[in-house]
Amino acid sequence: MSSSTLLFCVCAFVALAGAVGTVASRRPLRAAMALLAHIVALAGLYLTLHAQLLAAIQLLVYAGAIVVLFVFVIMLIGPASETSGSGRAGMVRMSSLVLMGMVTATIAFAIVDTDPVAPALPAAFGDVEGVGRALYTQGLVPFEIISITLLVAIIGAVAVARGKTAAEKTIEAKEKARADVEARLTEGVVPAPAE
Amino acid sequence: MTLGLGEYLALASILFGIGAIGFLVRRNVLIQLMSIELMLNAVNVVLVAVNRFHPDNHAGQLFAFFVIAVAAAEVATGLAIVIALFRLKKSVDTDQAASLKH
Repeated sequence: MSSSTLLFCVCAFVALAGAVGTVASRRPLRAAMALLAHIVALAGLYLTLHAQLLAAIQLLVYAGAIVVLFVFVIMLIGPASETSGSGRAGMVRMSSLVLMGMVTATIAFAIVDTDPVAPALPAAFGDVEGVGRALYTQGLVPFEIISITLLVAIIGAVAVARGKTAAEKTIEAKEKARADVEARLTEGVVPAPAE
Repeated sequence: MTLGLGEYLALASILFGIGAIGFLVRRNVLIQLMSIELMLNAVNVVLVAVNRFHPDNHAGQLFAFFVIAVAAAEVATGLAIVIALFRLKKSVDTDQAASLKH
């Protein structure tokens, strides 16, 4: 068994265990930790596939940013982040079973269609030079668009998560008080309906 | 035993299935977002593996790179929506988010 096969087996096992732990654990914080193990294992898998730059990006973006963001939100929400049980309806269970069947069919096709001979790699495959050259020649327009997407996502996240500021709350309270006063005045002016 | 494309595809499809079942069965918004991440990661494994077995260009790795970037944007907005939902409902249970139902 070669070292790359061994790395594949270890990483595949950890990735599967991490995925199951993410989906099955009751506490979101444990799920986030399982997701971290899954992501690190996937970075190892990318190494067996000669995608060194992508493995580094995976660790930086997923383990360094996304999991930390999840942990921040879990801490912010506190004990309420743990919902009681999973109220699973029969419909949901059926659909997930159907989905699992489809996945198994996919696996069967994948194993039948095995292509065991890995072709020889050209120079600079998967490292910073190769991927960077491809990124700035083939993928230049999507690369620019992704920067705009990230900017829009940042602004959107701030706008949605910010809530109301103190100034907006005082303005609302003042408007509510004035509306109350006006309602009371009109009540006083309008005569009671004759009986 | 030599590693072929089939092993990677099988692993990725199992991971995608786990993520999809988690998204369907769990009722916690945070866990559902993590399940979406599992599915995106499974697709990334397929892209990188196919690129390894057809190494003429870097198309698969580029696509995986863009998927990672979009996933980061998706998580940022998704978690912001979770916080807004929690502020409104005091809960992260998706069964509670039924304001449009009635």
